[in-house]
Amino acid sequence: MQPILSIKNLSKTYASGLSALAEVDLDIARGEIFALLGPNGAGKSTLINIICGIVTPSTGTVTVDGHDILRDYRAARAMIGLVPQELTTDAFETVRKTVSFSRGLFGLPKNPDHIERVLRDLSLWEKRDSRMMQLSGGMKRRVLIAKALAHEPRVLFLDEPTAGVDVELRQDMWRLVRRLREQGVTVILTTHYIEEAEEMADRVGVIRKGRIILVEEKAELMRKLGRKQLTLHLQTQLIELPESLADRGLELTGGGRELVYTYDSQGERTGITRLLNELASSGITFSDLQTRQSSLEDIFVDLVRERA
Amino acid sequence: MAMNWPAVRAIYVFEMSRFLRTATQSILAPVISTSLYFVVFGAAIGSRMTMVDEVPYGLFIVPGLMMLSLLTQSITNASFGIYFPRFAGTIYEILSAPVSPVEVVLGFVGAAASKSILIGLIILATAALFVPLRIDHPVWMLAFLLLTAVTFSLFGFVIGLWADGFEKLQLVPLLIITPLTFLGGSFYAIEMLPPFWYTVSLLNPVVYLISGFRWAFFGQADVAIGVSLAMTLLFLALCLAAVTYIFRTGYRLKS
Repeated sequence: MQPILSIKNLSKTYASGLSALAEVDLDIARGEIFALLGPNGAGKSTLINIICGIVTPSTGTVTVDGHDILRDYRAARAMIGLVPQELTTDAFETVRKTVSFSRGLFGLPKNPDHIERVLRDLSLWEKRDSRMMQLSGGMKRRVLIAKALAHEPRVLFLDEPTAGVDVELRQDMWRLVRRLREQGVTVILTTHYIEEAEEMADRVGVIRKGRIILVEEKAELMRKLGRKQLTLHLQTQLIELPESLADRGLELTGGGRELVYTYDSQGERTGITRLLNELASSGITFSDLQTRQSSLEDIFVDLVRERA
Repeated sequence: MAMNWPAVRAIYVFEMSRFLRTATQSILAPVISTSLYFVVFGAAIGSRMTMVDEVPYGLFIVPGLMMLSLLTQSITNASFGIYFPRFAGTIYEILSAPVSPVEVVLGFVGAAASKSILIGLIILATAALFVPLRIDHPVWMLAFLLLTAVTFSLFGFVIGLWADGFEKLQLVPLLIITPLTFLGGSFYAIEMLPPFWYTVSLLNPVVYLISGFRWAFFGQADVAIGVSLAMTLLFLALCLAAVTYIFRTGYRLKS
C-alpha cells in the first residue's frame, strides 16, 4: 500500500547556515503510530514544520497521501493536524470559539456536534466557554490537541505532546491516540520521553544532527538491541569478586550484596549456566535472583552515545 | 483551485470579534476625539474663521477628520491584526492550514478595513451632531472611504509583517501618517498655503486622498478628482505588489 507520508531526500539549511536536516528519507505507513526520538536540536521540529508548511524545505520532496506539500498544498495540508510544541494560544478567545476557528481555517463547514465530541473526548466540555488565559498549562495543551482534531485530520503530528504535562493528561493522551488509531488516523509524535514511544509506537525513528540514523519496528528494535541483566541477591556480603570471576563482566553492587551480570538475550550462549556453576564452585550462594530487559530508553541512550 | 471561503470567514470573524471585545474603547475613542476637534475648531475657533471655498469651517474639516481616523485606524488595525499572531506564535495555524495568501489577506485586510470604515461612519455621525452635513456625491464618498480603508489596511498589513517589535508598529502611524495627514490639508485647503509650501504639499500622497474625499462632500477640491483617484489607485497597487512579494518570498513568515 502507498505510504500515507513519503519523505524523499529532504534537507533544510536555515539562512543562518545551520543545517537542520540532511537527506532525510522516510515513509510512514497508513494508520501506524510512529515515534521520532532525538535529543534537543536534532531536527525533529524542523522535520514536522516542513511537512506542515511552516518551514520551507531547501531540497527534497514530501507527499501526503500522494499530494505534494508544495505543489498541492491544499490537499496535503487538509489531511494534517498539528499540535505544536509551544503553548501558543489566543488569550482572549474562548475554548469553543478557538476550536471552531481551526475547523473554519481548514475550509470545513461548521459542525457543532463534531466540536462537542472533540471537546468531550479531551475533558474540555466543562471549560468550553472559558477564555484561554484562564486555563492551566495542561488545559491549554488539551485545547491545542482539540484544535488539531477540529478538521478531522488523517495524519496527526504531536510535537513533544507530553512535555510538562501531568500524569493524568499523559494517560488521557495515550488513550486518545489509541482511539485515533482505531479510526485509522496515522499519528507521528516526537518525544523526549522514551516511555511514551515504548508504550505507544509501532515504529521508532531516531534522529540525530539532522539525520535519521535508525528506523525500526519497536519490538524488533528492542529485540535486536535489547540486553538483559541478571541480578543475584547474595546471602553473604562480598568485599570483592573472587579472582576466578574477575573477567566475566560481573559487577558487584548494593554494598557487596548484589551481583549484576549483563548479557545479550539474543546470543546463542548467554553464559548463565556457566556463571552459576562457577559461583557454586566458589562457594557463593544467593537468596534471590531477577532479570531485567533493557528499556527503549537504555537503547536510545546507547545509540546516541555510540554514534556521537 | 476553489477558494477556501470558510477560512476567509473564520479569519474575518476572529478579527472582528477582537474589535468588538474592545468595542467601548474602539468606538468611544473616535467619538470623543472628534467631539473635541469640533469643540475646538468648530465652535471656539471656527466661529471666528471665514468660510473656506464657501463652506463653513466646521463643516470643511469633516472629510479631513474622517480621513485622519480612517488612515490611522486602518494601519493600526491591520498591522496589529497580523503582527500579534506572529508575536504570540499562533501564526503556526494559519501557515499550516490549506489557505492561500489571497485568503489570508482577504480575511485580515477585510476585517481591518471594515473596522475603520465603521469608525469613519461613526465620526461622520458624530459630526452631524455639531454641523449640518452636506454630501454632494454620497456614492463617491463611500467609494473613497472603501478605497482608502482597503489601501491603508493593506499598508498596515505590510507593516505588521515587517515589524519585529511593538515599537515599530507604532512608528509608521505616529511618525509618518499623522504628520502627513495634518499637513495634507485636514484642517485647511492647501491653496491657502504660500506657493512654495503648496508645491511641497503636492508631494504628500495624503493630500490627494483628502482632496478627493472633500470633493465627494463639497464638489470642490485642491487637485482634480481624476488625479486624486489615480493616486489612490496607484498606492493601492503598490501595497498589493508589496503583499504579493512578501508571500512569494515568505519574508518574515517562513524560514
